[in-house]
Formats: sequence, C-alpha cells, structure tokens
Amino acid sequence: MVQLLKIEIFKIFKRPRTYIAFAVIALIIILIQIALKFGGKEYVGLMMSGMGDSFEELPTKTILNGYLVCFIILNLLLIHVPILVALVAGDAIAGEANMGTLRLLASKPVSRIQLLVVKFTASAFYTLILLIWVAILALFLSILLFGVNWLGVPRELQFNVMESDDVLWRYALAFCFAAIGLICVAALAFMLSVFSDNSIGPIVTTVCIIIVFTILTQMQIPFYDETIKPYLFTTHMLGWKGFFYVKAIDGETQKGSIENLTAILKSAAILIVYTAGFLGIAFWYFKRKNILS
Amino acid sequence: MRKKLLIIFSLFISYQVMAQTPQELVNKIRIKLEKVNDYTAKGKLKTNVVFIKAPIASVKVYYKKPDKMKIVNENGISFIPKGSVNINLAKSLSAAGNYEIVDAGKEPATGLRILKLLPTDENSDIVLSTLYIDEKAELIKKAKNTTRDNGTYELEMSYGKYATYGLPDKVIFSFNTKDYKLPKGVTFDYDDGSEKKPGDNLKNKKGKVEITYSEYLINKGVDDAVFK
Repeated sequence: MVQLLKIEIFKIFKRPRTYIAFAVIALIIILIQIALKFGGKEYVGLMMSGMGDSFEELPTKTILNGYLVCFIILNLLLIHVPILVALVAGDAIAGEANMGTLRLLASKPVSRIQLLVVKFTASAFYTLILLIWVAILALFLSILLFGVNWLGVPRELQFNVMESDDVLWRYALAFCFAAIGLICVAALAFMLSVFSDNSIGPIVTTVCIIIVFTILTQMQIPFYDETIKPYLFTTHMLGWKGFFYVKAIDGETQKGSIENLTAILKSAAILIVYTAGFLGIAFWYFKRKNILS
Repeated sequence: MRKKLLIIFSLFISYQVMAQTPQELVNKIRIKLEKVNDYTAKGKLKTNVVFIKAPIASVKVYYKKPDKMKIVNENGISFIPKGSVNINLAKSLSAAGNYEIVDAGKEPATGLRILKLLPTDENSDIVLSTLYIDEKAELIKKAKNTTRDNGTYELEMSYGKYATYGLPDKVIFSFNTKDYKLPKGVTFDYDDGSEKKPGDNLKNKKGKVEITYSEYLINKGVDDAVFK
C-alpha cells in the first residue's frame, strides 16, 4: 500500500498541471506583497479608517509588518486555494476513468477501499504541500520583506492587537486548521470524482459549491444566518481566524489567549465530520460502482 | 503653652492656605510647571477602548515649552487619542491673563479646590477647563477640558517623585470614542459567537488611555525635529 501511495504521489507531481497551482499561488502572493510594499500604508489607513475620528495619527507604519501581510494574504487566498485543491482531488478517480486506466487499477491485487484510501491520501498530501507552500511564501517571505512587529487584526466591530512573540504559534495552529478545511474540500472533490468518468465535472461542481457556499457565508441575511449558515462547511473553514481573536481584560490583550477556543474546536469537528461524510459516501459508492472504463 | 502655640500656628497655616485666591493658586502651579522647559519621559501606555484589544505599549513622551508635545511609539502598536497632546497642563496655564478664573468651591468627597478656566481668546481650542487642585501640594489632580473640535476629555493625575515639577507619574486620559465598524465583506470575519452586533454599547462610549511614566529627563533639551 505504501508503494501504491508513492506511485500515486509520483503521478500527481509528475503532471505539469500540478505545478500550475504552485505557480498561481506564488504569483498571487508576490503580487499582493508588491502592492503592500508600495501602497500598504494607504491600505492599512483604509482598514483603520473607522478609528480616525477618535485617534491621532494611526500607527500605520508599525501595523504594516510581515505578520499583518500574511494575515491579509491568507484572508484573500484561503477562499481560492480550495479551487486549486479541487483541481487535483477532483481528478483523482475521474481522471483515471477518463483515461481508461481505472479498470486496470481496480484489477490490481488491492481492494477498492485500499485504492480509494491511497488515492485520497495522495490528494491530501498534495493539499498539505500546497499549504506549506502558502505558509513559506505568505508568512516567511512576508517576514523577510516587511519585518515583524505586533499584529493588528481588523474585525467587523473590533481591532485585536497581539505582541510579536504571541503570533507565530497562532499561525502554526491557523495553518493546521486550514489543513483540516482544505482536506474537507479535497474530500468533497474526491467524492464527486468517484461519481464521474470525466474530471471536469467534479472540479467544476466543487468550485461551484464553494462559490455558492462562500457567498451564503458572507451574506448578512438573518434568515440564512440562523438556518443554513451554521451548517455550511465554508462557514467553519474561516475558523483559522479564531486563533487571532484574543481575550482582553479592561482592553488589555491577554497574552496566549484565544477568545473562543470551543467554537474553533467545534468548527474543526464539523469539518472532520463533513470530511468523513464525503469519504463515506465515496467509499460506499465506489465499492458498488460498475467500472466500465 | 507649647500646645496652644502649635494650634495657633496650625490655624494660621491653614488660614494661609484657605486664603489663597484662585489667581494665586493658579500662579503657584504655573510657576511650578514653568520650571520645566522640556522633558523626555519613558512610559507604558494602556488603551481601554471598547473596540480595541491591545497589549500595554512602550511609549516615549516628548515635551518642549510652550506647547510642543509628542507621544511616540517605542515598540508595538499604540493608539494615541485625539487631544492627548494636552496632557501637559502647562499649555493651559501658560499664558496668565488669557483666561478668566472662576472659583467653584471644593469637591465634597476629596476636598479638592475646583477652579474653572474660561479662555478669553475666542479662537482657543479649549472652551472650558475645570481644574481640581490639591491646594496643599499645589498640584492639579484632575482636569476636565471641553474642546471645540475633540469633545470633552478628562485627565486624572497621580504624582510621585516628580511632583516638585508638577509632573505626574501616571495620567489617565478619558475621552469620547466614535463607533468603529468595518464592512464584513472586507474582514471576512469568523463568527465564533463572541462578537456582539453593533449597538449603543459601542457608540459614544468613554475610552481611557493610561500612561504610567517610568522616568523623566527634565530640562536636558529636546530636538525640535522630534515634533515634526
């Protein structure tokens, strides 16, 4: 099985299109970094415009640092990375069916469940490598370009500030959480891939689901807030930000605190349940699937 | 006999203190404050504003006669409220004769003398200053300033080893805050169930900034470039 996994990972990384995602991510991140390097002060000024009435000259210089740049990048990017994850996970089974090699694979001396486990593990591995790539560029390159200082996180009704030595562990946990979210998307694309004999279908369907769910997540309509939103996996994928929401006593940030850890754990649990559900459906269907190609 | 003399002497001293006219009292404080031509002070700044959660920041405060004042962030992120440049009261008292003084008696709870300063200059940013003065120590313990542009703010001072210069060890600056809101489409907030919806609790609330000074360098000279 390990050998099979190695082969699957080799197949993923042998395809030139796999690297499109890495190139696209690098391009987006570098473009954002260039924009913030030259126009970051204006951007931060806009971000903090609500405070201008109460405070003197806002500390835009110190606020714009590598940690904030990483936060801005993740804010923009983690909505789009799932699309890139879908490119590989949606192709995992449907791609084989499309090329006519799925039947050959299924005839190997491994069970269909083992085959799916290997295929999904390879997709998850790709997702993690992609996330590590995001971390290297968004966090470490930003630190290199912009330096470090305290992190100021703008929220709808609050501005949370944390000291620079209280940030890196938050990013480590945020990336771990993002991994859970992206693996959930990979599981969705993978499940749809099992149903299809053409990789375009599952990829496009996954992208459409993410777009629709993200719109529903961001819409502030009370009816959806109370009915659909709490159950959408895209709502819980934003849980990585929870690590940057801090507790305070008399306005003073409590070092090492997380405002609502229970909510983050609940979101992680919901994403894991979704992942298990998607994989369960995929395994159930694939076991019974009549493989003709 | 000695006891009687002591009582008479005490009564005489308290009469002298009581007898201070508002103008005399203000002049004494002004003279004390005028001993300071400039200072640089290190301090810790704590922000207590309803929409900000921030750690205590290190700041450097620069002052130069007559009215130059700047609070600079040494490290981290600090928020300096509008009007906080007036935390040095030397500016308010600097020009004798530029204000009318009204004696408003004493604050019952603290026994502090209350004086109201009404600037005679129609274009003055401060419209009214109410000073709460410790007559014995000749120190301003509290001040309420109503400004033309930045609303009303309050100052509370605690004094220590720099009291002879009229410089406080701690200043609490209270001010009115405006509401803060960013579009959710910009922040993409994670709803962890903790954040309340905007309401009256965020609007026109009092914010506080506390500066605790750790050391003053008085009359050692401050470069004008600092204030630019």
